Order: sequence, then structure tokens, then C-alpha cells
Amino acid sequence: MTAELTTATGESLYPRLEPLLAQVQKPIQYVGGELNAQVKPWEAAAVHWALMYPDAYEVGLPNQGLMILYEVLNERPDALAERTYAVWPDLAGLMRAHGVPQFTVDGHRAVRDFDVLGVSFATELGYTNLLEALDLAGVPILARDRDETSPVVVAGGHAAFNPEPVADFVDCAVLGDGEQAVGDITDVVKAWKAQGRPGGREELLARLARVDGVYVPRFYAVSYGPDGTISAVTRTRDDVPARIGKRTVMDLDEWPYPKTPLVPLAESVHERMSVEIFRGCTRGCRFCQAGMITRPVRERTITGIGSMVEQGLRATGYEEVGLLSLSSADHSEIGQVAKELADRYEGTNTGLSLPSTRVDAFNVTLANELSRNGRRSGLTFAPEGGSERIRRVINKTVSKEDLVRTVTTAYANGWTQVKLYFMCGLPTETDEDVLEIAELAVEVIRAGREASGRKDIRCTVSIGGFVPKPHTPFQWAAQASAETIDHRLRTLRQAINADRRIGRSIGLRYHDGKPGVIEGLLSRGDRRVGRVIERVWREGGKFDGWSEHFSYDRWTAAAAEELAAFGVDLDWFTTRERTEHEILPWDHLDSGLDKEWLWDDWQEALSEEEVADCRWTPCYDCGVCPTMGTEIQIGPTGRSLLPLTVVGR
Amino acid sequence: MARQPEGPPPPPTVQKLRIRYAKRGRLRFASHRDLARALERALRRAGVPMAFSAGFSPHPKISYIGAAPTGAASEAEYLEIGLAERRDPEAVRAALDAALPEDVAVVECVEAAEGTGSLADRIDTSVWRVELPGVSAAELRPAVEAFLASEVVTVAKRTKNGLKDIDARVAVAAASAEEGAGCAILHVVVRQGTPAVRPDDVLAALAAVADLRPPSPPRAVREAQGRLDDTGTVADPLGPDRAARTPVPGEHAPV
Repeated sequence: MTAELTTATGESLYPRLEPLLAQVQKPIQYVGGELNAQVKPWEAAAVHWALMYPDAYEVGLPNQGLMILYEVLNERPDALAERTYAVWPDLAGLMRAHGVPQFTVDGHRAVRDFDVLGVSFATELGYTNLLEALDLAGVPILARDRDETSPVVVAGGHAAFNPEPVADFVDCAVLGDGEQAVGDITDVVKAWKAQGRPGGREELLARLARVDGVYVPRFYAVSYGPDGTISAVTRTRDDVPARIGKRTVMDLDEWPYPKTPLVPLAESVHERMSVEIFRGCTRGCRFCQAGMITRPVRERTITGIGSMVEQGLRATGYEEVGLLSLSSADHSEIGQVAKELADRYEGTNTGLSLPSTRVDAFNVTLANELSRNGRRSGLTFAPEGGSERIRRVINKTVSKEDLVRTVTTAYANGWTQVKLYFMCGLPTETDEDVLEIAELAVEVIRAGREASGRKDIRCTVSIGGFVPKPHTPFQWAAQASAETIDHRLRTLRQAINADRRIGRSIGLRYHDGKPGVIEGLLSRGDRRVGRVIERVWREGGKFDGWSEHFSYDRWTAAAAEELAAFGVDLDWFTTRERTEHEILPWDHLDSGLDKEWLWDDWQEALSEEEVADCRWTPCYDCGVCPTMGTEIQIGPTGRSLLPLTVVGR
Repeated sequence: MARQPEGPPPPPTVQKLRIRYAKRGRLRFASHRDLARALERALRRAGVPMAFSAGFSPHPKISYIGAAPTGAASEAEYLEIGLAERRDPEAVRAALDAALPEDVAVVECVEAAEGTGSLADRIDTSVWRVELPGVSAAELRPAVEAFLASEVVTVAKRTKNGLKDIDARVAVAAASAEEGAGCAILHVVVRQGTPAVRPDDVLAALAAVADLRPPSPPRAVREAQGRLDDTGTVADPLGPDRAARTPVPGEHAPV
């Protein structure tokens, strides 16, 4: 015990790490020192945060959420935040052999020395990496085995809206926007430490459980009925809330983060900076968890966007800025934003880009405007569903004619690469729905060649397997089996290749259905699934998002053995359709969405009825605004961007 | 015929600058690609008016000459950049140095003198200093002597196509041992060529001829690059550019 307390000095492990780095792949990812990174003196801070993205550095570094919290926390004089990422097996093996624990890349401090370990889960496939990091850190993997010397393990990110599968491993989960929640958590930890840690870890967690948006699983007991479904979730203390509501940041202009984005030396998955132009989405795509749990829409103003782009470019030297959101072309002033930013950066080789957009001819105009000054890469559209019928089911309506016309417009405007994103395995989907993707792609190429007069245009069809997610109308749906997905994708490939003269211009990208099944288990799982995760990790599972590390057989074997005692299995969690009144594992976690509305929307999906966006049509009572005390914040503001006085950088 | 973007072609190169930089400390773990990315971004942050290539994907005009391997530090890396507007070389040096991470230092920047030939032609040799923690000079010295006395020392080198046998001896122009602070220091002068012989290969050769196996990973620093002359001296590759030009006092304007 005394040994552990004396090591919590934030001392750098770098001298012990350095000899190991000469022996591993891509050592640069472990040395830190990125542009705009910070290392604060350990003693100066009352509360120390280690922020983890539970995947490889190249994936984790560009993560906006982590970058935002890193800055927000480090701006507080009483807090210090450093980053840590999943360590590849080559270094992990050397660290175990040489007794070097999980470290932060900023100060190379031991993760176990920190007060809080915040872990951002963008995907459930990072769960085994959390266990690996805890174990490497020397922190007990089970929350109940930790004492005051271990950091408080806090989960965040979209997956934290159902943290039940990792309830045994995390101490708390934060629902919703983290900007203000991390400040509240810091205050609680600081006060508890200053008071001499009264009541130990239990008391600290009880205090945290009373922070708005913080869920502490250990204070809630789950019981199950004979059919395997949940019979009740009950509080074990009466001083914690019965339901935990999400956090919502209301004025994005007040939170212009990241102000100084991190720029790695190592290559990362996004070689650009990003500015979030709005948060939330009310398009109502029924498969989209992000669009459901981040409501309402909150726009950053055009001037707020302009100053973030300007400051970010100055701080980073990036050549490209992504205008980020769930559906960027929907910003109320996007046309003006695109034009005025392009004017500002005329002649500077600065590219602006939008992530994938809805299928809309206006978006081609936008893309033309945005790429005026920079490199013209590809354009991505996301029709998501192959047939008009399935697009009504998922509430992403676009006619086949409009789709072909839009993509053709892109080719006619000089874009030679267009990517179309679809999902496979959607509720009510048949083989015919998926085969229509081939018809579409063929028609797009045919019309595109005609309109552009070029033979070298290309269309890449990218397909993801659909995974039903909590807090969406599809949370009750039966997930398609891996066999169904694989069969449909095989059939689709044959259809695309039927005519080689067209087929050679079409690329098809997809993954097999197996990882999606495991993601499904982890997405809609309950606490019993924690046993499966632990078993898989103990048998060597990690980096499950990487095909070379993912083992479907290891997961299915672990699921079969660990779930048998509960009378449930992998299919029960994935391919089973839920009934209306079944208690879902996340029902006590409140995204603001009314469960009755979700059910009604699910029924409307089955009868192929659409629902309009509440930004432009009357409220359809999803429940979020009244429950959370929030409202839609959109423009137009009528403001505009003045030319910068100093350009040419 | 290849399509061309609309609008006028990018402005031409009006000035070429030759730069010597160092990678030190933690950034010895940076690969050449990592450093190239960092340099391009730093040039933008520093406001250096780069010339760009034409076409749909314009690239700033930068030529890299060689590159120290990942894991090795260097005091003498070289590159050449093309500018669309003239700038004072020293001001560019200072601005770029300030824009780069602490462990990358821009040591010198000179204007390429006309008619003095290319920079790449002035570099054919590397001077390395390799620290060997846990090894004494008394152990290192006989190993170096045995190596130098050999005509050929074959070592297995890891390449893209698997392991390949190369001769590590033929490229070595000179080698010596010295006692450092708590470790032996190997000085070695290596001719650049194909296949490249790097400090790792020389160490593998010492293991092969004298069974010298350092207990922990050695630390290599490239101290100089240049042309090796008959006297065994490595000439400064920026020398001809520096000699061709007398600095004008008070010329150092900001970038």
C-alpha cells in the first residue's frame, strides 16, 4: 500500500520505455510531443485525468471528443489531463517483460498514478482494449476490486449510452456531452481529496452518482426473469437518481474546442483538422444512434465557424479542414459558410471538405465551392438503403431518379470518384432490396459516362452491416445473421460483375458479417455480457476493430460458455426481436427520447411510413426537448465572414 | 491528353534554399515520412511562400536528400525547397525552426548558388556515432579491429522482401572505438549506396566477427553527411553555396 502511494508522483517512465521503443513498430506513436500537446507539472494540479481512446494511436489521436476534453481540462489551473492509447501487442509484450506499466504519451506517467481514467467509446469493439490497458496499468480490471489507490474509471462516448456490458469494469459512465460533465467530476474529486478522502472509494462514487449525467452501475441492481429478460433494475442506495439523464451543451459558440488541435508526427487516419459545425441531428434516420442520442440540433454560428477555422489553421498548418457534423449540408447557412470560407482562403492551397452527405444536388454545388482552393478528392454520398422501399423503412427517402441525377451531376462537374455508402441487414430487408444497389451503381456509371464524356469515372460502393443500437427505433429489431449478410453481399457482387464493361468501373468494399454480430452483442447486451468480454480478453482478444486481430470463433466460444449459465446465448442478444414491453438494459438511462415514441416510430418503419425533420416541420414529440429542457438552436444568423486581413499562409 | 485545372499555372520557383536540420531526443523515433509531414506543416505555419507543383494535386516543392533510419538521431539531414517569392535564408531558418517541434532543429539555411551543382551530388557518405550502453571500450576495440581486418562480413538485413545477405564491410571507410560516459562509443564512416549499410548492419557485423552483443539497444546519431575525399575527410555539402555568396549586412528581414 505505501509503495503504491509513494509511486503516485507522476514520475516519467520514459527512461525505462525508451530502450523498448527501438524494438517495436512505429515507435513515434508512443513518444508524444505532438504539436499543441501539453505537459503540466504534476504537483500543480489537484485532479489528474488520463484520457484514453481505446484503439491504436493512429485512430485515437484525431478523435475530436478526446481532444476537446483534453483542452477543456487542461485550461483549468487545478486539473491536468494527459492522453493514453491502446498499445500494440509488440510493445505490450515488452512492457510486461520489463515491468513498464500503461503510460500516457504526454508526460509518460503511469496511468495508475492518475485520479481519473476517462475512456471514450466510439465503438463497442474497444471494450477488450480497455481491459488490456487496465491490466497493463496495474489497475484491477474489476471495479469492485479497486481501492482508493486506483483511478476512477469513467466511460464516455456514444457507447456509454448502454454501458451495461462493461458495468463490471468501469466505475461510472457519463451520458451525453462531456464538456461540462468533466468539470463537475473534477470538482467532486478535488473536494473529496481535499477533505482527506472521507468514506473511501464508495463515498467518492456515491458523490459522483449525484452529478448530473453520471451513472454509477454498482448502485443499481439488475434482476432477471425465467425467460432471461430483465425483470427489474433497482437502486441500491436512495441518494442516487432512479433515472440518469444525459448532458447537453447548449451554446456551441461558448465551447469553441479544440482551439489548438493536436497535430501528430505519426500518420493518422485523418490528415486534416475538423471544425464541428453543429451537434445533433433531427433527420430521424431510424438506424442512426448518433442522430437519436445527440438531439436537439445546436448550430455553431457562421462567425463561430470562421474563427475556429482561422485559429485552427494557424495553430496546426493543416491543408484541409473538415466541416464536421452528422449531416453537414443541413447547417442553416452552409451555402454561405462554404462560399465565404472558400473566398477567404483563395490562393492558399487550403481545402475544405464535408464528410459524407445526403444525396442532394445542392451538395455537389457545395463540394465544388469547398474544394476550390485545395485538392479535389472524392465525393461521398450516403443513400444507406438500396431500394426506395427500404429507404422509407429507415426514413432516408430519396428517389432512384434523384440519386442517379445527383451522382451524374458530380461526374459532370469533374469529380471522377464517387463513393456511395449503403447498409446491409436492415429490418425487413430482402435480397431484392440489396440487389437494387447493383442496378443503381450500373445506372450511375452509365449516366455518368454520358454526362461527363469520360470513360475513367469510378463509383465505389461501400457497404456496412447494420447493427441495431440502443435508444433508436430499431432497438427492438432482430439483427440479421452473419450468414444472411454474407449471402446478400455475395449475390450483390455477382450482380455488379455481371457486365464487366460497367462492373470494372465499380468498386465494392465490404466486410463479412461476423464482426457486426459481436458488435451487436456488445451494443444491446446487458451485464451478463461482461463475462464474455472478460473471457475473450483473457484468451488474448484485443484490437477487435482490426480484422487481423479479431477472432469470431473466440467470441462465439466464449459467449456459448459464459452465457449458458444464464439460459441465454449469442442469438438471444442479436437475432432475437424484442417485444414492446420488454425492459431493455438501458431503459434507466435517459437520452430524452420517449420510449413510446420510439416504439411508434418502429411500427411506422415496419409500415414504411416516413417522418419529416422537426427543424422545418412541426414537432413530432420525440420527447427530448421537454425532458431535457433544451431546444433547437439554428440560424440563419444573417452574419457573414469578412475577408481576413492576413491571408497567404 | 491529361486534363489541366482551370486558371493560371502556379507561380514558378524563384529561389532555392538548402537546409540542414537535426532530429534529436524522442524524435529519433520519427520515420522519414513522419518528418516530411511535420516539415510541410511547419513550412505552412511559418508562412514560407512555397512554390507548388502544377496539376489537380499541387504539392509544395521539397526535395529530401537521404534520410536517417527510424530510431537513429541525426545532426545532419538535408533538404531543398523551392520558393515562389524570395526570402532571406536566415529568416526562413529561424521561422521554420520556431514552427517545428523542439526536437527538430533547423541548423542552417543557405541559398542554392547557381552553377555549383546539385545537393544530392555532394553527399555520398555518412559519419555515425553509436553509443553502446553496457559495453566498454575495451570490449568494443578488438571487435572493431577484427571487423576492419575482415575483407567481407556478411550479415542478414531485413528488407521488404524478407531477409537478405549483404556485405557490411565494403561500405565502411573508417571505424574506431572510444570510451564514453558509462558506455563505449563507436565512430564509423559509411559510404552510402545500395544496399544501404546502416549502423544496425555494422553492429550485426561486430556480433558476427567478435560476438559483441550489447545488452541494451544502441543509440546512433548521424553526425555529418557529405562527399568523402581521398584524405578521408567528409566535406560540408553546403560549403559551395556558402562560399559563392557574401552576406550583405542588415539584410535579415523577417519572413
